[in-house]
Amino acid sequence: MSEQITGAQSLVYSLESAGVTDIFGIPGGAILPLYDPLMDSAKIRHILVRHEQGAGHAAEGYAYTSGKVGVCMATSGPGATNLVTPIADANMDSVPMVAITGQVSSSFIGTDAFQEADIRGITMPITKHSFLVTKADDIPRAIAEAFYLASTGRPGPVLVDVAKDALQAMTTFEWPSSIDLPGYHPVTRPHAKQVREAARMIVDAKAPVLYVGGGVIRAGASESLRKLAEIAGLPVVTTLMARGAFPDTHPQHMGMPGMHGSVSAVGALQNSDLLITLGARFDDRVTGKLSTFAPNAAVIHADIDPAEIGKNRYTDVPIVGDLFEIIPELIVALEAEFESGRRGDYGAWWQQLTRMKETYPLGYETPDDGSLAPQYVIKRLGEISGTDSIFTAGVGQHQMWAAQFINYEKPNTWINSGGLGTMGFAVPAAMGAKVGAPDKTVWAVDGDGCFQMTNQELVTCTINEIPIKVALMNNSSLGMVRQWQTLFYNSRYSNTDLHSHRLPDFVKLADAYGCHGLRCESPDEVDATIEKAMSLNDAPVVIDFIVHRDAMVWPMVAAGASNDDIQIARDLAPEWGSDD
Amino acid sequence: MSRHTLSVLVENKPGVLARVASLFSRRGFNIESLAVGPTEIADISRMTIVVNVEDSPLEQVTKQLNKLINVLKIVELDSESSVQREIMLVKVRSDNESRSSILETVQMFRAKVVDVAPDALTIEATGNNDKLTALLKVLEPFGVKELVQSGMVAVGRGARSITDRSVRPAEKGI
Repeated sequence: MSEQITGAQSLVYSLESAGVTDIFGIPGGAILPLYDPLMDSAKIRHILVRHEQGAGHAAEGYAYTSGKVGVCMATSGPGATNLVTPIADANMDSVPMVAITGQVSSSFIGTDAFQEADIRGITMPITKHSFLVTKADDIPRAIAEAFYLASTGRPGPVLVDVAKDALQAMTTFEWPSSIDLPGYHPVTRPHAKQVREAARMIVDAKAPVLYVGGGVIRAGASESLRKLAEIAGLPVVTTLMARGAFPDTHPQHMGMPGMHGSVSAVGALQNSDLLITLGARFDDRVTGKLSTFAPNAAVIHADIDPAEIGKNRYTDVPIVGDLFEIIPELIVALEAEFESGRRGDYGAWWQQLTRMKETYPLGYETPDDGSLAPQYVIKRLGEISGTDSIFTAGVGQHQMWAAQFINYEKPNTWINSGGLGTMGFAVPAAMGAKVGAPDKTVWAVDGDGCFQMTNQELVTCTINEIPIKVALMNNSSLGMVRQWQTLFYNSRYSNTDLHSHRLPDFVKLADAYGCHGLRCESPDEVDATIEKAMSLNDAPVVIDFIVHRDAMVWPMVAAGASNDDIQIARDLAPEWGSDD
Repeated sequence: MSRHTLSVLVENKPGVLARVASLFSRRGFNIESLAVGPTEIADISRMTIVVNVEDSPLEQVTKQLNKLINVLKIVELDSESSVQREIMLVKVRSDNESRSSILETVQMFRAKVVDVAPDALTIEATGNNDKLTALLKVLEPFGVKELVQSGMVAVGRGARSITDRSVRPAEKGI
């Protein structure tokens, strides 16, 4: 194609060439030239959101369910800075995303022009890479490289900031036939010797555990993880980012570790002699006090990002590579060990694990005043909606309960903000997830605090026929903060009462947004209300579950405490049972 | 804490210095000295970064640096197997009485006088950090009016060049 076109047209062709079919964004002055040819694109659907943050989280949710790079778009200045939170979120959780922002014309850059912000500079520490494009001719290459970088190696957000004059200038379009990034060579093939060493350690171990992180889901390695666990008879824990990487109902699943992990999962890590770490990063919410984390365990650490290895915890056997390749090679190496008659004896370990799992199942208290236990609501939601459904969450108590009480059997059915902990993630992420998987039921499990940060996107959902369902755990407070105030601040509830049992009226709000609004206040209405919501597919549904405000998330490892000091309820510690 | 000298080959692209510098500051490291300049290969620049850190955080920052898309290669140069130089320009008060002893010092340190005024001399000296510190100590009593110092540049001894394989993967063996 050598005809003269505008840079904006070239950018639309570039996005089409990169395989983009859906974009979430809002136009504005600097990016206006791009929106004109975008209107004519037959391949790209642009969904007009109500706030740029919504566009960013929608792009994240979309990336999870579509398996593609999520794309969000905003204008310069405030449009771009509103994308900062989702960009940081995608960076922490390694979500493949490309953010395209308009920039003031190149002659104005640096003059504090109207709606100018140095968005490339602002996002430098929270992007995988970023581009500032000031020449129309550079657009196709920047877009091609951005999508390549976002989706390969350790995925992440890439920002492409395009000056207005680059969009307006005339150019020709040519899609690059190859990518030339001399400083970017992610290692995907693991080192064979390291894999063999890992296999040897696994058969020699007495108490090994597969410590599985979100990297397994990103690598699409859930199938082979299951095979690995089964042939070697290994227990599995899945972190908050890895829920769904291994079926929750699988007998070898010990649950989720971490600050609000199950006793069996935390106990499996603490009492282990070998952590087989796959795509996890020893986050402080998993390790608790680092110096007492899994004190007797040797560490195998497999990750695509070499910088994660040894960052927080000493690694005995590092394996850099793509888990999609590492796990099958580890299976081959283990089978070779088995053939030469070497197989791990984990009998005593399994006895201990089984005892922990049976003695300390996840549970919750039912309020005796007849009000709703949020855990019960979430549990029923998972059971009624089924394991084909997709669940997103905001951040806080409802997020933890959704991670604990819904069974995830498949990867990418659980979408949350793990690393950054972004309140308001659920609704826009659900919108994006539904666009990426229109045939799936998508639930946003949200809290009344989170919901009020981003619920404007319900309008976007209604107008664009994206029928998500919102299950609002309305405890009229910033629940997790309130829980900490209960536990650590003598129940002094400073600024955590949201009064949302009174205002706003979420059912009316839903109605105003063109959604179905339902309310549920007692346990015997729960099933019927969920079933009613399941039957409504012509518009988004919001269920306002009025739940008990003193419900707490247990178990809990207090911030900075050792995992050994996990409490299953207030002032109640479990026994690991390793001595009997 | 110990001193480390990193030679970093980077693509000569806009923003690369900011990316490298902000990475150090994000991890809480103070850059002691930084020098950037072109190399024998067009479009590739070389940064020489001197930092004072423990070994293990240095390994982490090196790995993070390697993740920057525009960073091609990182080599740590130790003082035994590399030549390390800084340049210093120092303006010293001088009169007829002190001039000859200043010139003597300049000669001893194999430095150069690059500008002369009736009441001042400007001296150019190159060397490693120790030598320049020693020279400065001797000059101080005469009265230092102005001092400017470059960041350190360093190159490995012997025939090998760190740019040899710079277009190939910049992977640090782990």
